[in-house]
Amino acid sequence: MNSAVAPVRRQLRTPPVAASPFPLNPGSLLSVQDLTLDALSHLLARATALENQDPLTRARILAKRRIALLFYESSTRTRTSFELAAKGLGADTALVSSLSSSIEKGESLKDTGLTLRALGAEAIILRHASSGAPWLLEASTRLPVLNAGDGMHEHPTQALLDLRTILARLRSGIETVNAETLAGVTVSIVGDILHSRVARSNMLLLPRLGARVILCGPPALLPELAAQAGPGVEIARDFEAALARSQVVMMLRIQAERLAGLQLDLEEYKTAYQLTGQRLAALAPTAVVLHPGPIIRGLELTAGVADGPQSAILEQVTNGVAVRMAVVERALTAKADKGGRA
Amino acid sequence: MTALVIRGGNLIDPAAGVDGPKDILLKDGRVAEIASPGKLKTTNGADVLDATGLTIAPGLIDMHVHLREPGQGYKETIATGTAAAAAGGFTSVAAMPNTTPVNDSPETTRWMQAQERSAAVRVFPIAAATRGSKGETVNDYAALKAAGAVAVSDDGLPILKDNVMREALAAAARVGLSVIQHAEDTRQTRTANWSASMNAGPTAFNLGLRGWPNEAESAIVERDIRLVSELREARPHLHVAHISTAAALNAVRQARRNGLRVTCEVTPHHFLLTDEHVGLYDTNAKMCPPLRSAADRDALIEAILDGVVDAIATDHAPHAVHEKEVEFERAPNGIIGLETALGLCLRWLYQEWKLPLGRILSLLSAQPAALLGLKGRGTLTVGSFADVVVFDPKAEWSYSAREGKSKSRNTPFDGWTMQGKVRWTISEGRIAYSAETV
Repeated sequence: MNSAVAPVRRQLRTPPVAASPFPLNPGSLLSVQDLTLDALSHLLARATALENQDPLTRARILAKRRIALLFYESSTRTRTSFELAAKGLGADTALVSSLSSSIEKGESLKDTGLTLRALGAEAIILRHASSGAPWLLEASTRLPVLNAGDGMHEHPTQALLDLRTILARLRSGIETVNAETLAGVTVSIVGDILHSRVARSNMLLLPRLGARVILCGPPALLPELAAQAGPGVEIARDFEAALARSQVVMMLRIQAERLAGLQLDLEEYKTAYQLTGQRLAALAPTAVVLHPGPIIRGLELTAGVADGPQSAILEQVTNGVAVRMAVVERALTAKADKGGRA
Repeated sequence: MTALVIRGGNLIDPAAGVDGPKDILLKDGRVAEIASPGKLKTTNGADVLDATGLTIAPGLIDMHVHLREPGQGYKETIATGTAAAAAGGFTSVAAMPNTTPVNDSPETTRWMQAQERSAAVRVFPIAAATRGSKGETVNDYAALKAAGAVAVSDDGLPILKDNVMREALAAAARVGLSVIQHAEDTRQTRTANWSASMNAGPTAFNLGLRGWPNEAESAIVERDIRLVSELREARPHLHVAHISTAAALNAVRQARRNGLRVTCEVTPHHFLLTDEHVGLYDTNAKMCPPLRSAADRDALIEAILDGVVDAIATDHAPHAVHEKEVEFERAPNGIIGLETALGLCLRWLYQEWKLPLGRILSLLSAQPAALLGLKGRGTLTVGSFADVVVFDPKAEWSYSAREGKSKSRNTPFDGWTMQGKVRWTISEGRIAYSAETV
């Protein structure tokens, strides 16, 4: 009786996975997946337009609108750049950080979000140590939520500014992108992939424009299953072989704060994965060098590479303000029919 | 006590090999008579329930629930949890000991069964296997059994130390109890800085969440089977709670072939859902063990169909809304399940995958009764306890967590289509739930 049942197993219908209701607010940017290529092109175009606009005119766009920056983790670049972006559009900003607020007293993310909304915040920019926190905040407040980095998950505006930097260097700054824009471009992302939200956002975004992404690092920081993260993604253990194929090389910081007991021999790591002037000259003499910062000179890359002509690290920082102006503008002006999940 | 006649229904009693139209007389808390339709001899003065078109079966038995009392009454009480059980067709529930304090004493075991708890159906405590469920010192099982405990377990936590688990198995065997193990090698799933919050795999990687590898379950199951094998002479009974991986199932299958008393239960959520149902951080899809890959889920379905699985249990785990409305990694594990188990089993195992109704009811009553040694339950032979569920096996309905009897609403099945609507649940001759009263 029983043996007759088992063989048909593969044809069994099982409960489907429901389609995601997120983002709930059309102004939100939770994941790079939330942006269609059209929405992406629009953002890139707006970044350029806003960057070139007269500052006094620009400051009328969101004059006196209220935007909260809610930061549960320390940040230099992202926080300052979001703040300058919002202020550049004329918005009032308020910074709440976990160390100087009621968060210390145990207030939940939901209650903090509702409090900010009651204070008049029309959008919240969130950085949080827990993966997925922006989804919870959006569900709790229904406000536009901009993900400024959630745990080990995503950092969508970083991927946007990386894309803008790559387009400036390799595609003379074009703004209208499609599925072939980065055809023929190989991007190596090197180092601590496991803990990196920058890597996840880039590996999900760049292949949609035709790029090939090579994830490169030791098994402890790059599990085999990362190769299943999405189309156009492969993994490599040999840094020099990956470098030789790359037009873009993105170096990542070892995230000591997330290693959580993982033992890593830093000397061994440097021998295998440090981007040195010698390696760069020999294997990728024209490649663009990116790094999301903060950089640790002498660890993932040498000072000479960081400061050298192939480095676009400071251009990335500058591009951050431009793309975040576009993202903040979209947060407060998006209509339900724009954007949507790709 | 008044007598009760259930008339016009189809009686399915898998343990007794009965499947056909029968009338049944319940008297003084017991099954008094079973007869062909209209042929009951003594019905004078009995209340009559008309079960025309309905199925009559032994009341369901959930061998794995968390009723949260003592100590966590804001999540659930014994009264609300058993009301949910009755609404789901259950007449017996076995309550896990991870309460506050941990139920590791005869006093707490008795307290949980006391009249004052106002239980709607019978509660059978499962006592802690070790003092405070700390995995160090084995409790006095004879005293716990005398107080009413039907098994021992440190559920929520594993008994990690080989020597402690060996002692627990041997001591439980001496008094005729099973050891129910929550198989999780916490050395692989929890560190000082983090705990795994979902199944290890591509989905966890993409969501940036720490993964709970399959090996953390199978390693403990394999270790425990080795200990059972070493203690073979004493005939210990190991029961694996909420088994979730193909590897652990294979170990159980093999142990059984080797003549060992190793059994297992599966939850509806593990045989229906996969780690992809976590979606974008739905904390109602967070449980321990986590929802697994499609391959593991398929292996669970196969193991139910081919008879390796001994019981379906819900792991009913209520949590307050504010506890689940937090960051995914911080949310507590578990979902409620008492009010959806039958509806999901009939919708999927019966209607979709064609498992005979008798087999399903056996997994939900006769088999867990046997595993826990509940005499006179899980069957409706004359003289058995009058624990009965009467349901419409064909009725489709939509489950609304908000309308449930449980104090909590943490379930991924809200809004799902269920099949099989409970009409009456009768606990020891008393109507514990009637759909009319809703």
